[in-house]
Amino acid sequence: MKRYFPWLALLFAGAWILAALIPPRQRSDGPDLVSFGKLPVLVGGRIKPFDTVARNSLLIIHGKQTVALNNGETISAIQWLADLVFNPAVADGYPVFVIQNAEVLGLFGWEQSDRKYFSFNELSPFLRQIDEQGEQSDKLESVQRSAYQSAVLNLRNALILCQKLKNSLRPEDAHDFSRELATYAAAIAPAAEAASQREKGQTFDKSKLEAVATFMDRYETIANQAYMLTVPSPAGPQWQPVGAVLMEALRTDEIHPVVQAYAQIGDAYQAGNYRAFSEQVTKLQNWFAKDQERATKRAAFEFFFNHVDPFTHSMYLYVLAFLFACGSWLGWSRPLNRAAFYLLLLSLAVHTFGLVSRMYLQERPPVTNLYSSAIFIGWGAVIVSLILERIFRDGIGAACAGAIGFITLIIAHHLAGSGDTLEMLQAVLDTNIWLATHVVAITTGYSAMFLAGMLAMIYIVRGVFTPSLKKETADSLSRMTYGVVCFATLFSFVGTVLGGIWADQSWGRFWGWDPKENGAVLIVLWCAVILHARWGGFVRQRGLMIMAIFGNIVTSFSWFGVNMLGVGLHSYGFMQKAFPWLCGFIASQLALIVVAAMPLDRWRSFQISASSPRKDRGAELKFIPPELAAETTGE
Amino acid sequence: MLRAFINAITSLKLTIVCLVAGMALIFAGTIAQVHVGIWEAQQRYFQSWFVWWPGEGSGFRIPIFPGGHFIGGVLLINLIAAHAKRFQWNWRKLGIHLTHAGLIIMLAGGLFTDLFAVESHMRLNIGDTKNFSEDPRRMEMAVIETSDPEFDQVTAIPEAVLRRGGTIEHSSLPFRITVRNFYQNSRLKMASEAGAGLKPIANQGPGAQVVVEPVPRATGVNDRDLVTAAIEIITPEGSRGTWLVSDALGAPQTFSAGGRTWQLAMRPARYYKPYSVTLQKFTHEKYPGTEIPKNFASRITLIDEDKAVNRNVLVYMNHPLRYRGDTYYQAGFEQDDRTSILQVVRNPSFLAPYVACIVVAAGLLVQFGYHLVGFSRRRRALPA
Repeated sequence: MKRYFPWLALLFAGAWILAALIPPRQRSDGPDLVSFGKLPVLVGGRIKPFDTVARNSLLIIHGKQTVALNNGETISAIQWLADLVFNPAVADGYPVFVIQNAEVLGLFGWEQSDRKYFSFNELSPFLRQIDEQGEQSDKLESVQRSAYQSAVLNLRNALILCQKLKNSLRPEDAHDFSRELATYAAAIAPAAEAASQREKGQTFDKSKLEAVATFMDRYETIANQAYMLTVPSPAGPQWQPVGAVLMEALRTDEIHPVVQAYAQIGDAYQAGNYRAFSEQVTKLQNWFAKDQERATKRAAFEFFFNHVDPFTHSMYLYVLAFLFACGSWLGWSRPLNRAAFYLLLLSLAVHTFGLVSRMYLQERPPVTNLYSSAIFIGWGAVIVSLILERIFRDGIGAACAGAIGFITLIIAHHLAGSGDTLEMLQAVLDTNIWLATHVVAITTGYSAMFLAGMLAMIYIVRGVFTPSLKKETADSLSRMTYGVVCFATLFSFVGTVLGGIWADQSWGRFWGWDPKENGAVLIVLWCAVILHARWGGFVRQRGLMIMAIFGNIVTSFSWFGVNMLGVGLHSYGFMQKAFPWLCGFIASQLALIVVAAMPLDRWRSFQISASSPRKDRGAELKFIPPELAAETTGE
Repeated sequence: MLRAFINAITSLKLTIVCLVAGMALIFAGTIAQVHVGIWEAQQRYFQSWFVWWPGEGSGFRIPIFPGGHFIGGVLLINLIAAHAKRFQWNWRKLGIHLTHAGLIIMLAGGLFTDLFAVESHMRLNIGDTKNFSEDPRRMEMAVIETSDPEFDQVTAIPEAVLRRGGTIEHSSLPFRITVRNFYQNSRLKMASEAGAGLKPIANQGPGAQVVVEPVPRATGVNDRDLVTAAIEIITPEGSRGTWLVSDALGAPQTFSAGGRTWQLAMRPARYYKPYSVTLQKFTHEKYPGTEIPKNFASRITLIDEDKAVNRNVLVYMNHPLRYRGDTYYQAGFEQDDRTSILQVVRNPSFLAPYVACIVVAAGLLVQFGYHLVGFSRRRRALPA
């Protein structure tokens, strides 16, 4: 068993991952939402599949990627979107809007209860009120808003998004839209004739002009509201919403095939004719594959990426590996250690797949926003930890890899709530050279700082609370921490200076004391303090560990804290919600520092059994590694 | 005594104290930006010898912490002194020497930039030609002689000179200027709308109908002080009256003295260039279907008769124009994309960080690489 355990663990985990790779299959009696979900649309400046639009919109509106209906059934994001755009009457009954704030509920005369999801139908009597209240809070800066104001503004934005989605493919009140389009198409030519007659001063049929004018009003409304641009234009990257294309039809006297296809798809869906729906979707998919080859391929790949959900999978594997690695210190150490290492390799592979897929989809270096920085920090820290594990083979590197991988992916998961994580980049960030060098170096520095902090935490927790911190373990932990801090210094310094050079290139100012720059330089300074304090012999093992833990505080301030200030050029994401978490993290680190500062004879690892002779005690307490002692005298 | 001082100034403890103090200062200076804005925080914490409490006002103030210049200066001295004292050539120390030499270049370069770099703006409407840039944070009073139809003769009096008050004389001016009042920041009101008690100070020009109310200095990031001064023009024949000069008064005010026509204007301080820049076109691209900016670009024509230069240049994000010591960056836009704002920077030490970065990175690589090699050698020596 001992021999096979690691392989068994890998086998099960591998099977689980493989199962996730199997493409989803559609129920034969339902609509082909898989193919529908792959169709490309342009939202937020980027071509993506309907599936992504559905997931991100639902995440913004509902906070989750699935909807639990009142009858106990759970529907997927793409089904919700299909209902919303083609069958709004049904979707209006889905409880998707989150309201937790008691004051917002009070606005409608509702009491706070267990329910936090409400449907559009329930909210529809209060739309005007929500709009007014939301508009008022929209005028404030996000820092100034109270909880109620933020909540009511979020609700308003969710309702607006919903409204825009509903009118993206057809007017929300449309029934048999294909026929409507046919009527419109038939009315264009007579109206054109009437218009030219009017121009020439001849008698003309006014009703023919009015017939088209009614349509134009209707299509202009949806053109202005559309959230998704669904119709590719033959001339270049500019896609258009259905409404605008229909208005243009007046000039070209022709209704675009994509608009007609979506009309038929929607009509079939509304009528419950799923076979026709699926056929039409396949037809449209073929049209796109021919006309927009690149977009279609990318959208299909993104659909697959969404389906595989690599980061969630590797998150679970990281936890498991962490538990195995910790378990290995308590007993059964070889097999557990091995198993942890194998699981980590698998998890890293999945993590890497996710990271590379995002780079392919965005055509960018790995870090472009806070979300991707979390993904990358985890990835970098896991790789360095695995190298440490390979060298020392004592489970410490594995435990660090598991813990940091898991925590960073959890953080990423919570950062994804604001919508598309592959968003387009502001003009000044639109440069792959600097994103690939400055940003990658800085985030690698963060990774290393957190890894050093994690190693120090293991040292202190094992030393204080367990008897497992032997001299060798302590020495190797100390060496690892020192090495990782050196690594962090190099990358943080180079990253910070590259950032300065980027700023010099784009604003003419090497250093502007912007909060994010200051955060980065704080890390560099702290690394310098740690290294000099150690070289000067002012700190030894325990001091190094305490300083590395303080490094966690500095790094978390630099990574998240400065963004919460809401000032400066890097404030690309103000996160009120994360503030208590950051405070909690800092408090926990301070608590660990206090624990570590306890006298050494309170540490369980250093407590001497009553029987051991007293003179040994001093010898066991002072284990300065020889390499350190030599350097202390060398400087 | 001297020995103790040398020991102190070269000690590693001092380095650590400076680094930790620097961290505390940067942290405080970052948090302070929330309240006083980035520019003010920079002045108070980083570009100063001491951080004073309270932060503003001219009353009693005490220094509570060393400022950026202080800490940076001590660190620089410590760095140089320690290396001068302990320098010994040794391959093992190559990394450390390189790293610290790079840091010296960087700190010295930073100090140089602080002292000598000049930042200004050039605001161009489409079709405009300008041969000067403006400092949005400093004003000057321009006295312009317009008699010659070919060119204007401008005598600029900086804000700081006006603030000192007194009487100003200059060889190009056939009259003296006496500063009656100076307001660092002010609010102007029509005398008819203001309550009793406030009377116009000026008796000439449109300023004679205006009263001035002093207000505290602006602290917001985008707020500017409205500098106003009341000045009296005294010719050898006697006083010609008092004028109010303020950016808020708009068009320059005209008067005649010494048989010539003069204009008076309070305007952002100008830096004249030996060449001119014309804005041909400004583009502001957005990603399709969004308001997210994709690119800003200004197409300008650069004309420099001395150097026989006449060419079109595209200045856009991350692609500045460097010309005769000035660097032009696309900084902003106004008025529905009809105005482009270029940031103009003159920084003689802009190369220092580039050099420093390469030197320090090389030093760190050598140093840590040396450790790593030693470490793996020792490990290999251990029995597996």
